[in-house]
Amino acid sequence: MDVLQIVALGLTATVLIVVVKSQRPDLAVVLSVAAGAIIFLLVLGKIGSIIEVVKELSQRAGISMVYLGTILKIVGIAYIAEFGSQICRDAGEGAVASKIEFAAKVLIMVLAVPIVVAVLQSLLKLLW
Amino acid sequence: MGSSIDLIFKIAGVGILVSVLNTILKHAGKEEQGQIVTLAGLAIVFIWVIQLLANLFDQVKSVFRLF
Repeated sequence: MDVLQIVALGLTATVLIVVVKSQRPDLAVVLSVAAGAIIFLLVLGKIGSIIEVVKELSQRAGISMVYLGTILKIVGIAYIAEFGSQICRDAGEGAVASKIEFAAKVLIMVLAVPIVVAVLQSLLKLLW
Repeated sequence: MGSSIDLIFKIAGVGILVSVLNTILKHAGKEEQGQIVTLAGLAIVFIWVIQLLANLFDQVKSVFRLF
């Protein structure tokens, strides 16, 4: 049922954006930002419950929270960066969009480094 | 859910209102008032959208544990 609401909301927002874009291109960008944010807010509750289930399973499987937390952070960073860079690209600012994506990649690398180190250490322990 | 669609209609309404007012003021010869009306409309829309984005970022921060 939710998908109908989301598609309806997206279509009305798109039509309104096209109407507003002819006279006020700047307001059209703001309108697309608002539409994107609203659609994601609708889905955020479901993402939260999925993450709860994943956390529950990982605790039962004995996986330490550190790894899951890092994965969640990386997914969050990736999503927000994609949200921002896509809107910048729609507004015609490809350069700003690629800068946002570059910064997000750096942040994700920063988060991933400790896990890579842990994996390498456990690997070395196995070999020697 | 209903409240979210209202925001989109409000923003579109402000956009259309501003452009109509601009054309009217242009014919009345008061071009600079038109600019001021445009700025006012943009400011109002920005306030709404920034509140929405703050709400979105807070929820994302809580869901993804991004601190």
